[in-house]
Amino acid sequence: MRRILAIKLENQPGALSRVVSMFSARAYNIDSLTVASTEDATMSRMTIVTHGNDEVIEQIIKQINKIVDVYSVIDITEKRHVERELLMVKVLAATPELRADMHRLVEVFRGRINDVTDRGFIIEVTGNGGKLDAFLAALPGNAIKETVRTGVAGVTRGR
Amino acid sequence: MAKQLTGSQILLKALRKEGVEVVFGYPGGAVLHIYDELAKDPQGIRHILCRHEQGVVHAADGYARAADKPGVCLVTSGPGLTNAVTGIASANMDSIPLVIISGQVPSHAIGEDAFQEVDSVGITRPCVKYNMLVKRPEDIAPAVKKAFYLATSGRPGPVLIDIPKDTSLAPAPYAYPAKIEMRSYQPSLKGHPGQIKRALQLLATAKRPFVYAGGGVINANAATELRQLVELLGCPSTNTLMGLGSMPGTHKQFIGMLGMHGTYEANMAMQKCDVLLAVGARFDDRVVGNPTHFAQDHRKIIHIDIDPSSIAKRVAVDIPIVGDVKHVLQQLLKELKGSGGRKYLPAKASVKDWWGQVAKWQAKDCLRYRDSKKVIKPQLVIEQLSKVTRGRALVTSDVGQHQMWAAQYYSFAGPRQWINSGGLGAMGFGLPAAIGAQLAQPKAQVACVTGEASIVMCIQELSTAKQYRTPVKVINLNNRYMGMVRQWQEFFHGSRYSESYMDALPDFVGLAESFGHVGMEISKPSDVEGALREAFKLKDRLVFMDFKTDDTENVFPMVAAGKGLTEMVLAEEL
Repeated sequence: MRRILAIKLENQPGALSRVVSMFSARAYNIDSLTVASTEDATMSRMTIVTHGNDEVIEQIIKQINKIVDVYSVIDITEKRHVERELLMVKVLAATPELRADMHRLVEVFRGRINDVTDRGFIIEVTGNGGKLDAFLAALPGNAIKETVRTGVAGVTRGR
Repeated sequence: MAKQLTGSQILLKALRKEGVEVVFGYPGGAVLHIYDELAKDPQGIRHILCRHEQGVVHAADGYARAADKPGVCLVTSGPGLTNAVTGIASANMDSIPLVIISGQVPSHAIGEDAFQEVDSVGITRPCVKYNMLVKRPEDIAPAVKKAFYLATSGRPGPVLIDIPKDTSLAPAPYAYPAKIEMRSYQPSLKGHPGQIKRALQLLATAKRPFVYAGGGVINANAATELRQLVELLGCPSTNTLMGLGSMPGTHKQFIGMLGMHGTYEANMAMQKCDVLLAVGARFDDRVVGNPTHFAQDHRKIIHIDIDPSSIAKRVAVDIPIVGDVKHVLQQLLKELKGSGGRKYLPAKASVKDWWGQVAKWQAKDCLRYRDSKKVIKPQLVIEQLSKVTRGRALVTSDVGQHQMWAAQYYSFAGPRQWINSGGLGAMGFGLPAAIGAQLAQPKAQVACVTGEASIVMCIQELSTAKQYRTPVKVINLNNRYMGMVRQWQEFFHGSRYSESYMDALPDFVGLAESFGHVGMEISKPSDVEGALREAFKLKDRLVFMDFKTDDTENVFPMVAAGKGLTEMVLAEEL
């Protein structure tokens, strides 16, 4: 089952690597990973999306917690939370019809057009993974030149 | 302005502040400044020069276990560090507190593929508790403080400090931190009172209680508490390979080691008990065998461990208690000994019936072996070693059949006597570990039980033993085979002994003598006891005892890999 783990860890050299190498050393999966520093410059915030049965997830959480640099790890999947991912897709749209189609799609998905050339655009969309998948599916297949996704960032609601 | 010291001076001062008396090491380019400072202070820290960095770390490991203090190592960059990795990984698997100082190429050269450069922090990351590269001399003292704190607290383990050559020379003021606070690392010592209560309530209902104790009891110095608890409960108990000595080998309630080569009675009791109290042990594959088979019989499990990730890793647990084993056992004992504590004890009649069952299993006499008048049986050597040293020697071992026979047939009187590479299973461990143990306890009798294949992996340490006059007795069970490999090939590979025969062996007596030691060759069973007595009389000499043993003797009982605990093969069944 898909799980979103929110991790706070010391913003120190090697801390990210300790977490990542634990996953590979113990043969756990990382579906996506985002990390950046927080309002406290000495602390980083990481969101890892992984999957596994309950026992595997329990071990993953314990093993992350065991890493000396990790301050906290919570599984936010079952909690009320907001998750977002950023997608940037470079599309080819040279004809007026295609360009109009793209504009409509961008509007429907509340995306933005970032870069315009005579051959196409860079479109930016944020949302949960499902929304981004849907957007990509809605684009004409041969229009996609390049896609970049950031992976999920997540935070619990309230308080 | 405070007086300035060099990075090396700061390092040594910080080590002394931590109470370090002995450092095991091997010099090289990147640690020359540190070695220079060592030489300037002959009254300071004692340096033990081992002959290979694997030996350095194993010796520090043996020292740490025998001294109950963190072991300290000093190795150079590149190959110095890579040679040390086996030792570090072994200490990590066995949760042994070590602080390893490694030199690194100068800071400006890092990343340039400099001579003797490796990414030491990267290479060791998966096999240390923590590691750090210290680039500024003023950061050395805090790094040492942090290293000792991390190595010895919580679940102990090795910590590596990597110091570039220029950092060990650069000046900085010396200030040793009084204490260390880490918001991200706060191991819990005391067990949760609610869980303690639940554990007691469960014990009260037990009809077939069983105590299974591992290396965590040794690490926490909780053998006394464990024995008291076992005696109060009145039930049988077992030890893992790492836990041997936490129950006295001769104790009536101790029914031997469990696991792949555990006793019949211990494995049967582990499978058939109804309440299992696991103390500082981790249900690993060599102990439980196939976890699915283990789960076939229903039992409730209480699991005490300082490391939450050890709990419910391979086996589902009913009552987890996270905490220091000593603290938690004291909490349990306090309740049991307090007024009203008796209501938590299992019913005596049920426990008596349970012992009746255990006695039937014990009657199998699973460690009996066919003695011989012609050829030395390896089991006999260990039995005699146990007898001659009255179960009080420090015994190190290498890895293989001899290790299992030592575990089965030596009757350890107490904790910290049995020193082996249990988790990693690193051949080459025994001799350097014995040297380290002897340095920690100069008056103790120290035996290194080994085989002719293992001993050669760190044979160079015979020089170290000569230099520092560590009178270790090397018990070489020489069967001309990599015995455990041969045993598995016999059982599982159609007796095709692929590369497991040790051809072209040295003359071990001559070899020992060339290193300046005493060598003995023993090939008759009737000579075993006398030779051992004679060797241990040579109190200031290393004696290399080359026992020519039965070449095809196997270790029994045996639970084949992947099999269930009760699916043991016994000697008599073959």
